[in-house]
This record gives sequence, C-alpha cells and structure tokens, in this order.
Amino acid sequence: MSVQILIPTPLRQFTNNLESVAVEASSVGEAMRSLCVKYAPLQKHLYSDDGKLRNFVNVYVNDEDIRYLQKESTPISEKDILSIIPSIAGGDV
Amino acid sequence: MIKLSQAAFDAIRKHGEQAFPHECCGVLFGKMNGEQRVVGEVFMIENQFEEVERYHRFLITPDNYREAEKVARVKKVDIIGFYHSHPDSPSVASKYDLDHAFPWFSYVIVSIMKNKYHDIHSWVMENDRSKFNEENVAIE
Repeated sequence: MSVQILIPTPLRQFTNNLESVAVEASSVGEAMRSLCVKYAPLQKHLYSDDGKLRNFVNVYVNDEDIRYLQKESTPISEKDILSIIPSIAGGDV
Repeated sequence: MIKLSQAAFDAIRKHGEQAFPHECCGVLFGKMNGEQRVVGEVFMIENQFEEVERYHRFLITPDNYREAEKVARVKKVDIIGFYHSHPDSPSVASKYDLDHAFPWFSYVIVSIMKNKYHDIHSWVMENDRSKFNEENVAIE
C-alpha cells in the first residue's frame, strides 16, 4: 500500500524539493528503505554505515515516535503519515 | 552568508553567558532571501543532555523540534538552523558536531570564555558529511 512520508526541510534538496513522498510499504522499515531507494543520496543522512537508522533521525507514525512502538517493524496502513523528525545534538570535543 | 538580527545575536550571546559553564542551545527562526539566510529571532531550548555532560554537550529532542516547528508555523518563519555554545572553547564545529549534523542547516556556535562572550561563527555541513564549511556571519 502507498503511504506518505513527510520530509524535513534539510533533506528536501535530495527529494527534488518534495515535502512529502509516497512509497509502497507495510512497515516503517520498508517505507524508509523504499524512500532511500527512490532518493539514494538520503541513505547516508538517514542510516549509518552499519545499516541502522542514525540515532538523531527520529521517525514518527502520525504522532507516535516509533521507538515507543515496534521501532522499524511498526506496521503502517494507508492512512498513516510518517514524519522524519531531527533531534539536534552536538558540542565541544 | 547568514544574517543575524541584533536581537537574535544578543539573545544567543546572553543565553551562552547565562548557561555557562554548560552549553546552551536553541533554534534559529528566519527566512531564506535567495542564497542568504536571514535570522530574525531565536527560540531558546533548555539543553536536554544529561546534566553531568552539559559542559560539552547539548541536545534538542524531537519533541523540542516539533514544538519549534509549530511556533515557526504560527510566526510564518522557517527553521534555518540551530545555535549552541562552546564554554571555554573556540567556536569551531567539532567532530561530535559533524557526526550529529543534518545537511543544509546553519550551526551557529558562540564561544563563551570565562563567563563572557568571546566570538561567534556559523557552519554548514557538506552534503557528503565529510566536513563543515564556515559561512560568514553578519549582525545587523
């Protein structure tokens, strides 16, 4: 089924400036992978080299953080909207 | 180039001094004017990193980000980037900053030395995540 993923401003340069992208998927993990297949330059910003979602990349299904659901195995249906929400960390050495 | 309004600059400087010896952090609200970033005001965030690490770390949680987005929407402005302080350290983006950065955003860093403002610089990450490039800061 087709679900919408909302793309945050800093990543829209990699999605032809689209604010949302439709992908075919039945779980969050599938949706995120499909997104990266569609727009390959997103891969290194969303996933680390070991293939895990970067820990400052947060995915919400509607208003719920997937960390409190079933993480990337969280099932999704056609009416769900996925959002990629940055958390911002940094600091001195 | 990134232009900070005097009010935004004053707020960043004051926040950095008040948070010392911890790092402060916040969101830059503004607009793009062609290639130029224009920041009119900042949205202060309470550093969410564990307290014992706040002398060299900051964290803006996804909930903080979503709240900032809502406020920005009401004000009809965009999130241009973020600011944070480096207490007793130069305003140079660190490896840790790079590892945690998003592309496109401006990362404004204010150096606070012994409780007082020292200087300010802004950085934007390369799209291949290899490094930060400095962008000029104008205050007006």
